[in-house]
Amino acid sequence: MAGQLAALLVLADGRFPAGGHAHSGGVEAAVRAGRVQDAATLGTFCQGRLHTAGLTAAGLAAAAADGLDPLELDTAADARTPAPALRTTARRLGRQLLRAARTAWPSPELDALATARPRGVHQPVVLGMAARAAGLGPAEAAYAAGYEAVSGPATAAVRLLGLDPLAATAVLARLAPELDDIAEHAARAARRARTEGTDALPAAAGPLLDITAEQHAAWPVRLFAS
Amino acid sequence: MSVTDPLTATGRMTAAGPLTIPAPRPMAATALRAEARIVAEPDGRGGTALPVLDSAGPFALRRLRPYGRQARVCLVGAMTAPLGGDLLGLTADLRDGAGLRLTTTAATLALPGRTGEPAAYDTRIRVGEGAVLHWLPEPLISAKGSDLRMTTRIELAPTARLVLREEQVLGRSGEPPGRLTTRLTVHRAGRPLYDQELRYGPGALGWDGGAVLGGHRAVGQLLLVDPEFAERPLPAEAPGPTAAVIPLAGPAGVVSAVAGDALSLRGLLNPERYVRDGALGA
Repeated sequence: MAGQLAALLVLADGRFPAGGHAHSGGVEAAVRAGRVQDAATLGTFCQGRLHTAGLTAAGLAAAAADGLDPLELDTAADARTPAPALRTTARRLGRQLLRAARTAWPSPELDALATARPRGVHQPVVLGMAARAAGLGPAEAAYAAGYEAVSGPATAAVRLLGLDPLAATAVLARLAPELDDIAEHAARAARRARTEGTDALPAAAGPLLDITAEQHAAWPVRLFAS
Repeated sequence: MSVTDPLTATGRMTAAGPLTIPAPRPMAATALRAEARIVAEPDGRGGTALPVLDSAGPFALRRLRPYGRQARVCLVGAMTAPLGGDLLGLTADLRDGAGLRLTTTAATLALPGRTGEPAAYDTRIRVGEGAVLHWLPEPLISAKGSDLRMTTRIELAPTARLVLREEQVLGRSGEPPGRLTTRLTVHRAGRPLYDQELRYGPGALGWDGGAVLGGHRAVGQLLLVDPEFAERPLPAEAPGPTAAVIPLAGPAGVVSAVAGDALSLRGLLNPERYVRDGALGA
């Protein structure tokens, strides 16, 4: 892995052109409801998201990087993403990421995925496939997925609340040791999924993320797409 | 099962009937292993027979008067459970064409055990072709110091129908919750339809923040599966500001809700709102 690690920096870079900046990871709805108001409440929001949606995304990404059937993983992702607004978002982001990844790390597997599902596959599954094409392993794919689960909301909160960007970065830095645990947990689950199937992957959920995603999608005016 | 009334658990009164008093179980009692089983099948006369109704440990299964073509079974708590270390199982097999309504008389109260070991409560349900299951238990209350891991696994045939309600109350009145992990996995026609794990309490990081519960202490979901939803989706209107009606990727929907207490949660998860003539009914 050591020789390939630089590819992870490219993949996890917020400037990687995959459209993630248009999404707040649920923080826009949480700000409106008053549940995220400052750095402290952003911290608990991001921590909850990391250990729920983040862990679930990390497991899917790790399993895809490990070579599990991406179409089966896409069905498993549907079952773990009850809110239709979030399924639509995940497939749109997956489509955008696939386009960028095919240019960055051309691979027959990525081409085959684009042909099999022209309307898109859940983004964490594509992320795992992209990591695989870049020569990264399941744990690194899990890192990228888990990091994205918190970096998106933290960046969005800066715009929504006028929060000090340094404070938002400190939130992410404090969560780093927990992201280490999440990536390890996800990679372990992906190994089990080889023999036990996709049910062995994490399915952690945050009820408020799902409830507010549906409400947010119905707002007439919003800053972020999700 | 304990005697704790679900709605008084958070300091509210209830209109529920008298509760059966389970046998007391000293805290020093050794851990239990118990598995209750139900098999339901058509009785050949338009109703449902229960050829297997095996009570075990804390689960006393009582047959009630049928509801239409559905057999009715009530799970009565025969002793305080689960305590830490207990391994409890409940299996229901609905053969093709069977109908079953399963309820409980009281809330399930997870309590600490003697050793600090977690308790496990595993439910396994199979619903065959044309069969219909309504599984509407009273809430699960996670008491301070308890540690419970609950799994519910449901296999649905393509034409099976399901109404399932899960409610969790985090802590008795004024106390912090114990550790609670619940995983609900539903497969339909052999494919994953809904898979959700919820973790609360000490050790579940971020559980009380704005992404998960945001300070609410009661959380639940009402899962509805019916092939008819492919033609006639569920009404989309949310039953309240902290709830959403969420159509799944399949002929199914989940009403997901958080609330301050068990009573307000129950108001958001009323199956009558969604169970119509021809859909999910008996």
